[in-house]
Amino acid sequence: MAKRIDVSDVNIYYGKFLAVSDVNLTIQPRSVTAFIGPSGCGKSTVLRTLNRMHEVIAGARVEGTVALDGEDIYGAGVDPVDVRRTIGMVFQRPNPFPTMSIYDNVVAGLKLGSKKISKSELDGVVESSLRSANLWDEVRNRLSKPGSGLSGGQQQRLCIARAIAVKPQVLLMDEPCSALDPISTLAIEDLIQELKTKYTIVIVTHNMQQAARVSERTAFFNLAGIGKPGQMVEIDDTDKIFSNPADKRTEDYISGRFG
Amino acid sequence: MTLAAETPTTAFASNLRARRTKNNIATVVMTGCFLVALVPLIWLLWTVISRGWRVMVHADWFSQDQRLTQDWRTPGGGALHAIIGTLEQVLVCSLISVPVGVLAAVYLVEYGTGKLRSAVTFMVDILTGVPSIVAALFIYLIFIIEFGAGFAGIYVSLALVLLMIPVIVRTTEEMLKLVPNELREASYALGVPKWKTIAKIVLPTAFSGILTGIVLGVARVAGETAPALILVQYSASRNSNLLHGNQASLPLFIYSQFPNYANVGSKENAFTHVKEVTNNYAAGRMWAAALTLILLIALLNLVARLISRRSKVSN
Repeated sequence: MAKRIDVSDVNIYYGKFLAVSDVNLTIQPRSVTAFIGPSGCGKSTVLRTLNRMHEVIAGARVEGTVALDGEDIYGAGVDPVDVRRTIGMVFQRPNPFPTMSIYDNVVAGLKLGSKKISKSELDGVVESSLRSANLWDEVRNRLSKPGSGLSGGQQQRLCIARAIAVKPQVLLMDEPCSALDPISTLAIEDLIQELKTKYTIVIVTHNMQQAARVSERTAFFNLAGIGKPGQMVEIDDTDKIFSNPADKRTEDYISGRFG
Repeated sequence: MTLAAETPTTAFASNLRARRTKNNIATVVMTGCFLVALVPLIWLLWTVISRGWRVMVHADWFSQDQRLTQDWRTPGGGALHAIIGTLEQVLVCSLISVPVGVLAAVYLVEYGTGKLRSAVTFMVDILTGVPSIVAALFIYLIFIIEFGAGFAGIYVSLALVLLMIPVIVRTTEEMLKLVPNELREASYALGVPKWKTIAKIVLPTAFSGILTGIVLGVARVAGETAPALILVQYSASRNSNLLHGNQASLPLFIYSQFPNYANVGSKENAFTHVKEVTNNYAAGRMWAAALTLILLIALLNLVARLISRRSKVSN
């Protein structure tokens, strides 16, 4: 199910503005990779290039290659719609579709996809996805109620269920807990631990304790300087990054001596 | 220390009186303006209802036309011919304007970039300001002079299309802009193509607002008189053929009764003399037609509200 991602020599532009330069990293399957770093350093931008979501912004483009198990997702003839179906995404703020019930939210990606799927199959996907997102017991009796009636933490788990319902290989999470309280955050972190047995997970977080708790590998991003593009400083095992990082800038950042 | 004991009271209380006075003045002014704005509305409604309802509640009103009652001395008759005309003209106008207007707005918000987008926005702005009589003259020139067509209700519909499209484009555009970008992104991230995201996520989320815009557009054109005056002539009898012949509509019906109302009994100052003419049945018909037009639009508004409540976006 899970696949690995190789990012090589990636430069990301918004129009003429070089936002992130020269990123090289490898994301291992069935593990959690965390992106940390100060605001505006390009973590989210890099994350969004991993499933071509940055293309939604007019003028954004990428140089270099991003390969999913060896296949370049920016290759000629690759449909970004297929890329996003394979590499799912969960956003900072929970964003269930407001016109849809909980049930319809979970199967939105399947129903709006290209294939026709039978009702019984959809029922199965709803239950398995909600179970995987640890939400089934809380919503099993109100699947026809609107998804926006849930609490923030529940909504975010609904969004995770929605993302895994299309059976992606990789799950990208862009600060998935930053709008949630500590208890909901804990629930999502537990969920990430379960999901990593099946999926490749990349998580952007501002919370360094969270990165240390959930991830196996951590990449530290930083700005090369004021007005200069963002860059990846280093990527290493999370234990090493937080105890004995190779780069001085990483150490400054995680020990709070940043800036 | 005595100083410290005295100052707090003055520090907190010094501005209180002045602020309360200002607050009271502002409240009175706002409430006053609200009432002033309300007076003409209620007055108008009261005038139309009190003068029109007696004729309108008669059973004939919704089942008869004016063939036998053209004269102001003859009571009775109905507005069916005008109701049919208005409904047909507005329906055909909406059938053209709604898809064109909504899709144009989708283009502007979801696809448009650069010069073409600003060109379309500019044209919509200009169209919004086109007076109805100019739209009517344009259609008259193109269809009746250039193509040599005869008068027909369809040309009224076409002139109304010119007035309705900008209203729908504008309101739909605003409603689509209100749909949070996060919803579009959430949909793209599930591997849903852009067109399906617009059709199944964006438009349903904006649905009730778009519907309100459509109702506003209909309300805007249903009472337009200039196109009907220029492009079709009043017919006292029923004509449900939109493509051929004279056809009444509610504004035209009102206008047809007006000379009788205004001039009966005197050629001097019409309005002062009307009250003295006891058997002027044109007056009742005129007010009843006006009331019917208002109620028709109110009914449409109500239906739209019911529909949008059923599909309400829950937050």
